[in-house]
Amino acid sequence: MEKILELVNFSASADKHEIISDISFSINKGETVALLGPNGAGKSTIAAAISGNPNYKTKGQIIYDGKDISKLSADKRAKLGIFCSMQNPTEIPGISTVETLRIALEAKGQKLALPAVKVLISEACEKLKLSPFFAKRELNVGLSGGEKKYNEMLQLLILKPDFIILDELDSGLDVDASDTISRELANYQKESDATILVITHNFRILDKLKVDKTIILNHGKLAEIGDKKLLQKIQEKGFCNYEN
Amino acid sequence: MKTSRGLSKELVLEISRQKKEPKWVLDLRLKGLELWDKLEMPSWAPKTTAKPGDKPEEWLDLENIDTYVKPQFEMADSWDKVPDDIRETFEKLGIPQAERDGLAGVGAQYDSETIYHRLKAEAEKQGVIYLPIEEALRSKKYAKLMREHFMRLVPPEDHKYAALHAAIWSGGSFIYVPKNTSVEIPLQSYYRLNAPGAGQFEHTLIILDEGANLHFIEGCSAPKYNIANLHAGSVELFVGKNAHLKFSTVESWSKNMFNLNTKRAIVEEGGLMEWVTGSFGSKVSMLYPMTILNGANAREEFTGISFAGKGQVLDTGAKVVLNAPNTSAVINAKSISKDGGNSITRTLIKITEKAEGAKAYSSCKSLIVDKESKADAIPILKVANKDSEAAHEASVGKISEEAVFYLKSRGISDEEARSMIVRGFVSEVSKELPVEYAMEMNELIKLEMEGLA
Repeated sequence: MEKILELVNFSASADKHEIISDISFSINKGETVALLGPNGAGKSTIAAAISGNPNYKTKGQIIYDGKDISKLSADKRAKLGIFCSMQNPTEIPGISTVETLRIALEAKGQKLALPAVKVLISEACEKLKLSPFFAKRELNVGLSGGEKKYNEMLQLLILKPDFIILDELDSGLDVDASDTISRELANYQKESDATILVITHNFRILDKLKVDKTIILNHGKLAEIGDKKLLQKIQEKGFCNYEN
Repeated sequence: MKTSRGLSKELVLEISRQKKEPKWVLDLRLKGLELWDKLEMPSWAPKTTAKPGDKPEEWLDLENIDTYVKPQFEMADSWDKVPDDIRETFEKLGIPQAERDGLAGVGAQYDSETIYHRLKAEAEKQGVIYLPIEEALRSKKYAKLMREHFMRLVPPEDHKYAALHAAIWSGGSFIYVPKNTSVEIPLQSYYRLNAPGAGQFEHTLIILDEGANLHFIEGCSAPKYNIANLHAGSVELFVGKNAHLKFSTVESWSKNMFNLNTKRAIVEEGGLMEWVTGSFGSKVSMLYPMTILNGANAREEFTGISFAGKGQVLDTGAKVVLNAPNTSAVINAKSISKDGGNSITRTLIKITEKAEGAKAYSSCKSLIVDKESKADAIPILKVANKDSEAAHEASVGKISEEAVFYLKSRGISDEEARSMIVRGFVSEVSKELPVEYAMEMNELIKLEMEGLA
């Protein structure tokens, strides 16, 4: 199997406080990987650091598709196909989701006229059972937690990334919404062979996404790597085995 | 091109003679001339004149300004009759196109004189009058109307540059909309100051009769030179009972321009004055459109944005006087400062004794793009009636790095992300403008953000 992402002796800190200490793991192309761990284990830091959030200082390598991307800015990483559905998507007043997507597509080299962008968006809205007016609203402004997650998913379906990080996708989503989004993600993965790294405490989502690999993080260190059986073990016993 | 420099009685007399003005207009000019020497700039005004060590040609000295630059051809009512080079300038600015696409009339001024003026037949049939202001002042038909309104709202004694304007004004438009007449599509006047080192002093006078409705768009621009240019126009707006005037401006001056402009409106009972203003460019701007709400239930809404870039001081804002019962005003002023630019936002709300039940609110929001830049907000409330409400808020903010990261994580470059956030910040203004002007404003912001303006 072909490796798509590999962290090598990777550490990350924020405000001089080390959050991730010297971890290494790899993810294969097309896999669905669950990144689990108790609260404060550093899962979201990994999501932020892979997507290039400048608030985190990193050491070690992030090899993506054979190249070290650890020094690249967030936009360059996104252009390589990395997309993070954020835990708390930022509100940006005065700019619509449509306009953002038009500019993001243009940055990817897909210069489309606004009507063409709108067609793509209305198709994606239909899949997600969203009103076609949804994307006309200001980017994340005044959206509920769940609506913001829908908006992340809408952007994902338009931007068609190769490597998807889902940071707490389910927070704010009701069961039906979470099922709709998981189903569309699974469909997207099937047609695109995208890789998914999913951070969640919600086993229902993990079940829908058909996890291949499980990575357990604890106190910023790698605790265990396994397959989907490990997932089952965590579901039954929690993370208490890793406390010492 | 015929050019005259500085300010003298001879020049004032010559301009008046060429324009074949009535004596009372000349008298206003002479009064302005006299006051120009006497009046001082206010103590709080930003620096406009050279200090030791400055390059004097970059600062304001009226002796170096070509105050009257007359194109050597007659005003046209068809673009075909406008000389090629000038027509091309206006075509690049998109004016003839905008006229074809959806304007009820267009006036175009090049340096000191109106070079094109036309009102579409439909508006003319409604009884709308749209004329170069000189023509209106000469006409016997409008003599009474002009005498009652011209320089009544912005008289020569208003301030130093109002005095200068009174002395050497040239060009501009006169508009009258009859009772209960609604002009469905906008009228536009465009002012292009093309000559280096020149001044432009156009005068706009709009009168809306009872129940009339008009959207007027004003555009201004100038190419960049290394010597100072001066713009000191004057706008006088009379909004009748239950009338509605929307006055939109996108000013895009080059950065050698001193923009010392005066705009004022008076609104009668139940009338509505709406200002939408985008101020870009200029070395120094001083511009505070003022509204006097003079009849019960009259309203004002001001929405404005200023952008101060490198080496620029944009001192802008809005003033409103609530002088009748149940009047209301909302001022929403925004500014952006970048590359060491300084924006100063002044707002004044004055509620007089007569304004029982008046309500007014002003908001100044400033966005500072980098550490070198500066923003000041100076809101003033003067309230003389106990049964009224007035409030203001001011905030100064930076571009949110979290927002920049979010957009970058979608593949958008750092520069574009910042530009988008700024465009979002000004969207309250751009959404009030017709789509092509909103696009122009977004384009101006993009150029400013890229440092290309």
